Amino acid sequence: MNKRSSWALPYFIFLVLFVVMPLLLIVLYSLQDASGHFTFSNITKFFTDKDALSTFALSIEVALENTALCILIGYPAAYILADKSLNKSAVTVVLFILPMWVNALMRTLATAELFNMAGITLGKGTLLFGMCYDYLPFMIYPIYNQLAKMDKSYAEAAQDLGAKPHEVFWKVTMPLSMPGVISGIMMVFMPTVSTFAISEFLTNNKIKLFGTIIQENINNSMWNYGAALALFMLIIIGITTFFQGKGDDETVGGAI
Amino acid sequence: MKKILAKAYLWLVLVILYAPIVFIAVFSFTEAKSMGNWTGFSMNLYKNLFTGSMQNSAGLLSAVENTLLIALVASLVATLLGTVAAIGIFNMKGRKKQTMQFLLLFVFLHISQGYLTVILAHITFCTPYVVLNVLPKLSQMNPNVYEAALDLGATPFQALRKVLVPALRPGMISGFILSFTMSLDDFAVTFFTRGTIGLDTLSTFIYTDARKGGLTPELKPLMTIIFLVILAVLLVINVRSTKTSKVQ
Repeated sequence: MNKRSSWALPYFIFLVLFVVMPLLLIVLYSLQDASGHFTFSNITKFFTDKDALSTFALSIEVALENTALCILIGYPAAYILADKSLNKSAVTVVLFILPMWVNALMRTLATAELFNMAGITLGKGTLLFGMCYDYLPFMIYPIYNQLAKMDKSYAEAAQDLGAKPHEVFWKVTMPLSMPGVISGIMMVFMPTVSTFAISEFLTNNKIKLFGTIIQENINNSMWNYGAALALFMLIIIGITTFFQGKGDDETVGGAI
Repeated sequence: MKKILAKAYLWLVLVILYAPIVFIAVFSFTEAKSMGNWTGFSMNLYKNLFTGSMQNSAGLLSAVENTLLIALVASLVATLLGTVAAIGIFNMKGRKKQTMQFLLLFVFLHISQGYLTVILAHITFCTPYVVLNVLPKLSQMNPNVYEAALDLGATPFQALRKVLVPALRPGMISGFILSFTMSLDDFAVTFFTRGTIGLDTLSTFIYTDARKGGLTPELKPLMTIIFLVILAVLLVINVRSTKTSKVQ
């Protein structure tokens, strides 16, 4: 039985080759100058680079706002979809994922064009709306999955014990759906921090996000500084996954 | 009342989600180059698309081919690799399992030429979706069934094919579909790993096109067709599955 754990070996090797190695390369590059000498200058450059710092802050702000917006809109939708008395067909669920099959960039361009037609100037508002629109399915789907497989008898038991509907929701349904919310947050937050093309299209290049700055550096062969910037993004995302992983265990444990 | 409100909310979100797609579809029936500009009904963009009488039609065609090829190969390999890995991870214990799952999370951040690098990169970010979909199926499965098959004289390969795979199939299929979708829709990873040999998928084609100024107008009918095909496939699957569930 235990021998079967070795089945993960091929994937483990794959991960080392294509995930760990690139990560190490990012660290290595960020600690070198263009001619390959060891230096901290890329790191210190970031902390004195006002543009990069403000973009970094803005990217995190936008990603947080976008994630919050997706939960706010996506949770009720997922809740309704998972409620058998409100929605019976599985097609409605698929309808929410279907837009993903039309190329994201094409949809983003069309959204920007819609804003233009409505006379709304492109800026932070349109950026948030467009991103939320692009990532909403990623939030709805995991929450829906979690709610759909949830044991309904918990909510019924709470009701029988005299909890009011809003108490049932906040004290039973909501905590039990947290693992879905957490994987939704992960699937929305991570790509929004690092996105670049979408922000360009939705703001007509007025607002740059961190992903764009990294891409510009790499495109201009400034590999080392680009790697240092990527490293900071990795650290931020690494921290969030750590907290989320922790929260996940606690909510699951607490619920049981 | 509650039901009507709930339905209204769902439809409102759906209308917003589909607005840009409907917008693309509507403006695929006019000739104007820019999207919000209606110059009368015309099927010319469709005609151009099919007869190839548009600028860079070979480029667009190969972009579509590349997109499908990469998505198919990447999601197939990811399904295989991910399923086997999930079985392995499921049988791990304690710290080893945690490390593996932590590594899985980091795949989402991977930023790293040609077909091979693009496909490898796509496999890298697709496999976690397969693993995460197969793992729950493994924990639902009775572990003794596999051992029983072995005791009854099945070779490990037979037991895998006849016992494990059928039990894991739903997870493998949803992992495959998710991988395929993510690969189709990916822009950033392809953009960084395609190198300089001029390999284009739909995403990178659209990106370069839009940055050059004007979007190739024939992309509108192409997107409309892709969307309608997928909608049709979905409807057929749905009709068939309701039929079979009625038979059962």
